[in-house]
Amino acid sequence: MTAVATSVPIFEVFYDEHKHEVLGYLRKRAGADRADDLFQETFLRALRAYDRLQHADHLRAWVLTIASRVLIDAFRRDGTPTSELPELESPEPDSPLESISDLTASLPPKERAAVTLRYGFDLDYAQIAAVLCSTEDAARQATSSGVRRLRKERSSR
Amino acid sequence: MTVSSDLDRRFRAAASTLELVDVSYDVLETEIGPLLAAVTDHGLAFLSFDAHADERLESLATFAGSRVLRTTRGVELVRRELDEYFGGRRTIFDLSLDLRGLPQFTVSVLGELAKVPYGRTATYRDLAERVGNPKASRAVGTVMNRNRIPIILPCHRIVGTSGSLVGYAGGLELKEKLLRLEGAIL
Repeated sequence: MTAVATSVPIFEVFYDEHKHEVLGYLRKRAGADRADDLFQETFLRALRAYDRLQHADHLRAWVLTIASRVLIDAFRRDGTPTSELPELESPEPDSPLESISDLTASLPPKERAAVTLRYGFDLDYAQIAAVLCSTEDAARQATSSGVRRLRKERSSR
Repeated sequence: MTVSSDLDRRFRAAASTLELVDVSYDVLETEIGPLLAAVTDHGLAFLSFDAHADERLESLATFAGSRVLRTTRGVELVRRELDEYFGGRRTIFDLSLDLRGLPQFTVSVLGELAKVPYGRTATYRDLAERVGNPKASRAVGTVMNRNRIPIILPCHRIVGTSGSLVGYAGGLELKEKLLRLEGAIL
């Protein structure tokens, strides 16, 4: 638990602060032609989950995680092989997320995103569902199967 | 990397169309200068003579939700009705209003204020009497002073007992201008 949670800024402030970096991130990985659509999709997903955010910690890493999910979904639609999918954005160094990011590196993208959002960002399943564009049940399942997989890996080591 | 104004506009329009915004706001260019208008799904919540009243948007978020976004579409109806009003083509506003977060006394005073017709004036004491509290003129004055939806809730039509204009958040000159527009004074 963090000692003092910062309160969530209005969406306009959040959007203004991160829009340029998110566009840069998407352009680098998907090209200038496709980045605009993916940009829109990223911030619409953020908007869907935004009213349920409990605190303003790690908002940058959160929106970059959403952007990486949007990229993965777009590559999937095109049939890009999983091995060429982009890495989840690693959050700022020294954050509690860094360890979660390392810990979950072996998971399939969806489970990794779900576990990171649940335990790194403290999001509930409704919020995770908004990020992953799936149902609350599917988000819960992805999280728990991710956690199971991690336990299994650990015990077989 | 800079987000182009076209991309920015498209995102804002999509957010508004998909109804993902709790509070839409924009700066309207009007006859009397720029006005900041903010609309929730309950209606118009805020209209300010200060176009940079951004910190007031934070306080709307406390009851309307944190998804506050500047969009053109969300405030379109307000823009149109104000245009018609300043053009002398509208005497009654059809906008629904969001008065959430205001104390009960304030809401009842504003309710009586809304009934003061176009082109007429009433006194602070009139309003106090109409809410059943004839001695509350001063409190009524405070409500007028803090009115967060001026023009639409016509606090410019409220004057002193002697007929003097007394005061106005947008300045006395503006109060006089609005009353002149409505033909309440010559």
